Amino acid sequence: MRRDVTFPDLFTTKMAAAEETAFGRTHVEEKKKIPRRYWATTAEQKDGEGKNGALQKEDSTKKIREAWWKKKLEKKKKKKAKKSVLEKKDPFPGQAPIPVERVKKFVRGDVDKVTSGVQGKLKKILKRSQAVSTLAQEQAARHDLLLPEDAGFLEGDEDEDTCTIAQDDIADAVDITSGAKYFNLNLSQFGPYRLDYSRAGRHLLLGGRRGHVSCIEWQSKALISEINVMEAVNDVKWLHNEAMFAVAQKKWLYVYDSKGVELHCIRKFNDVLRMEFLPYHFLLATASSSGFLQYLDVSVGKEVTAIGTKMGRLGVMTQNPHNAVIHLGHPNGTVSLWSPNQKEALVKMLCHRGAVRSLTVDKTGMYMVTSGLDRKLKVYDLRAFKPLQSYFLPAGAACLSLSQRGLLCASMGDVVQVYRDVWGTSVKKPYMAHRVRGAVAGLAFCPFEDVLGVGHAEGFTSMIVPGAGEANFDGMALNPYASLRQRQEWEVKTLLEKVQPDLIGLDPSMLGTVDRATWQQKHQERVQALGFDPLAHEKFKPRRRKKGRSSSGAVEKRKRKVAHEDQRDVIRHTVAANLSKEQERKKRSKAKLKAGVERCALKRFQK
Amino acid sequence: SISIQVRINQSSSLSSSIIHVLFSVPRNYDPTLHPFEVPREYTRALNATKLERVFAKPFVGSLDGHRDGINCMAKHSKSLSILLSGSCDGELKLWDLPKRKCVRTIQAHDGFVRGICSRFCGTSFFTVGDDKTVKKWNMETPGYGEREEPLSTILGKAMFTGIDHHQKDATFATCGQTVDIWDEQRSSPVRSFSWGVDSFSCVRYNPVETELLASCASDRSIVLYDMREATPLKKVVMKLRSNTLCWNPMEAYFFTCSNEDYNLYTYDMRRLNAPVTVHMDHVSAVLDLDYSPTGREFVSASFDKTIRIFRKDGGHSREVYHTKRMQHVICVKWSADNKYILSGSDEMNIRLWKANASEKLGLLSPREKEAHNYNQKLKEKFQHHPQLRRIARHRHLPRDIYKQRRELKEMLGSRRRKEKNVIKHSKPGSVPVVAERQKHVVNVE
Repeated sequence: MRRDVTFPDLFTTKMAAAEETAFGRTHVEEKKKIPRRYWATTAEQKDGEGKNGALQKEDSTKKIREAWWKKKLEKKKKKKAKKSVLEKKDPFPGQAPIPVERVKKFVRGDVDKVTSGVQGKLKKILKRSQAVSTLAQEQAARHDLLLPEDAGFLEGDEDEDTCTIAQDDIADAVDITSGAKYFNLNLSQFGPYRLDYSRAGRHLLLGGRRGHVSCIEWQSKALISEINVMEAVNDVKWLHNEAMFAVAQKKWLYVYDSKGVELHCIRKFNDVLRMEFLPYHFLLATASSSGFLQYLDVSVGKEVTAIGTKMGRLGVMTQNPHNAVIHLGHPNGTVSLWSPNQKEALVKMLCHRGAVRSLTVDKTGMYMVTSGLDRKLKVYDLRAFKPLQSYFLPAGAACLSLSQRGLLCASMGDVVQVYRDVWGTSVKKPYMAHRVRGAVAGLAFCPFEDVLGVGHAEGFTSMIVPGAGEANFDGMALNPYASLRQRQEWEVKTLLEKVQPDLIGLDPSMLGTVDRATWQQKHQERVQALGFDPLAHEKFKPRRRKKGRSSSGAVEKRKRKVAHEDQRDVIRHTVAANLSKEQERKKRSKAKLKAGVERCALKRFQK
Repeated sequence: SISIQVRINQSSSLSSSIIHVLFSVPRNYDPTLHPFEVPREYTRALNATKLERVFAKPFVGSLDGHRDGINCMAKHSKSLSILLSGSCDGELKLWDLPKRKCVRTIQAHDGFVRGICSRFCGTSFFTVGDDKTVKKWNMETPGYGEREEPLSTILGKAMFTGIDHHQKDATFATCGQTVDIWDEQRSSPVRSFSWGVDSFSCVRYNPVETELLASCASDRSIVLYDMREATPLKKVVMKLRSNTLCWNPMEAYFFTCSNEDYNLYTYDMRRLNAPVTVHMDHVSAVLDLDYSPTGREFVSASFDKTIRIFRKDGGHSREVYHTKRMQHVICVKWSADNKYILSGSDEMNIRLWKANASEKLGLLSPREKEAHNYNQKLKEKFQHHPQLRRIARHRHLPRDIYKQRRELKEMLGSRRRKEKNVIKHSKPGSVPVVAERQKHVVNVE
């Protein structure tokens, strides 16, 4: 029964309980109630109330059983204690526990999902491999403690917004080498500048709109090469290492080496506006003003696919680093997702009311941040393709970029703002802000560094953004300090394990799952591969016979002999089953009669 | 005048992590730093599988010197490097395997050397031949001026076709018209077994239950004996004759026999009514087989000029070895270190093969070993993917064998089709469906 509980009521019930205990009566209801939790559903509770009596009985038998077990266990313990009086006890037995959050970081997929619906030997094998992988994940989580570096951070005085702290102050506050990471390059002649950091974060590539292209080892500020291509430059991109870069020029796509020597002019790729390099696939994806999305395999120098998107000018492009899917933003406010294996978009989502101005995807591939002409900044969950947050920016963001640790920077005109945790909570204030000298044209966080590069109309600015980069690099994956030999080795290794473009899809872990294709699916694929159906039913063709035996009647007779042959078995079975059923029914009725259930006229009045 | 707290990650400033950088490769196992792990692993597995096929060069060398076809071989029971081989002209040779040289030649018998076995202690060995004799030889080469003579010679009543020595005692078993158990000290058999009038082609002691024996008879039967009993234990009659048999050294209740019907059959000694596994792939009579010391695989030699390696529970072979010059392979042995296979064939050569075709010989550095293990695991993980499976399964076969296999396949298919039709057109239940395993056994006594 439910009642509106008021204070006096509560009071009386408490009193009653106290009385009961005072009298020493024991009752199941008296036991201290387990505090209610939000997950305990009301339905369960009701059930519990309804079956109270039954519960009590069960409880009493349970109690007896438990007591018996306790006794037994105690006996055992005593025995053990006798044995190990002299032994010292380990105060921390077993392995140290790992925080759940840390383990979560390393978990791959759902464990139960792998073995569900699988039987026999395969299940055993899968379970064993699952156990191994769980162990590996646990060990990786333990190793996390040993990482040498911590992430950066920025804290102001009390009541001071971090966004008011100037770059100069930050540069003064940190050590000299770190402070030197804040600098400006005055390049007012050839701007506005696009930029790209190399994957290890050591090299910077700048491409001015009016043809100035330079590569810089930005930490030592050593200029590696500088050229003027004497043509409009739309975008620049490093290829798999610092030895080569691609430049999208006015008409064609060019590849230069780090010395600035032109290696290739690729005439198949024209009017390219934006480029993305997919490092594990060795693919350079380009988006052109004519609406073509093209993929160039840079390891063999061949075009993989050219997709006519039919979406007009493609000026907004980014890649999902988690699954190598290309995201394109369109003037009608949609964002489309592309893989080289499909001529149509994998996904099209309407994100903005106006045109999409910029978009970026975080490294886990879970979140996408877009900004549009409607001056909105939106965060999308890419697993569910649903919006998470929507912000209104008075000026609207022209460029967006996400850092390795999930900081978002957005540029409005000549102002660059950095936000923290845009998808978790609704953000009110920027984390950092900085005004550069000209309108911003390119933004990029430097990998493994707390540095944001800003390319603008008046040159380039390198900003310090504490907490932006991943603090601990993996030497086997990307090593900023790799020696020449290591780099060469790395190049060969990565080339050897180049992932084929056909493996690009929304879920990159698909290959590791159990193929649960149905028989029909498999059959269909087989038919497609072979070009004919190997299991197709052949139509019976009666042989031509002489001496009038091939008259139409005779042929018909012969045909009837084999007609419905495939169904005959089924029919035979059903007929046999029906027959046996009928017989059984008859037997039963006979037995009933024999049992002496005599028919009596008055029986119908009995109840 | 303002006070701020800033920390910038120092990962890329040399000063702090110089020790890490110079002396070890820093690792961070965060999965987001290692994207595409499954596709990359798949690619690695694919590469490993391809490389395995590229490096599959199983032929190590040949031992040349016999003047007639090799009829039988034996491993030394204690030393890895010694091999004994007997040829069809009665010549017996001892080989030094690492040097691939013949160290000793004996004219042992008139006519074929039918069987060789080394004594368990490795100091002497026995041979039987067409000349109705059993000879015991010293394993050591006679000194200068001494004549090459057997330690003892026993003259039997009939021709012997095979010999095997007991694991621990000074007894051995021969087969011919009967299966005889001999004491080394005596010149007449301690016991002779026969079950009907037949001749035997092979006799083998069980390596674990040392008093047990199995033999193949020419009346298509396999007979099991217990040395302690007067009569044979059991007999299985098959459709065609078995040539040789071999016990599984680790699970010694299994034995495999090579049959004239191109197949090999693994039996469980305790349940003889049907073989446990039928191993098919040869396209001609199987003449010999030998188990690997691990008991997980065995190698078979066939009249079709190939040798094949089967998993103990695999219905089809995992490997096939052949060369242009190798003729009918009469005998085969798996070396005791599980690394090599030796095959003796009609054209007077003994060939040395790797048991694992793509294995790198010699010492491996720890990194090589690690890489090998890693690749092995990857191959295992992705073995069912169609592309990998296709590459891993592909073997080149000589044209004749390829054709014959196709022919055999067609024949089997048509037979199966016919059976199906017979079942379809007869009264339901009147024609039973017989499993492939049950087709080859005639009866068990």
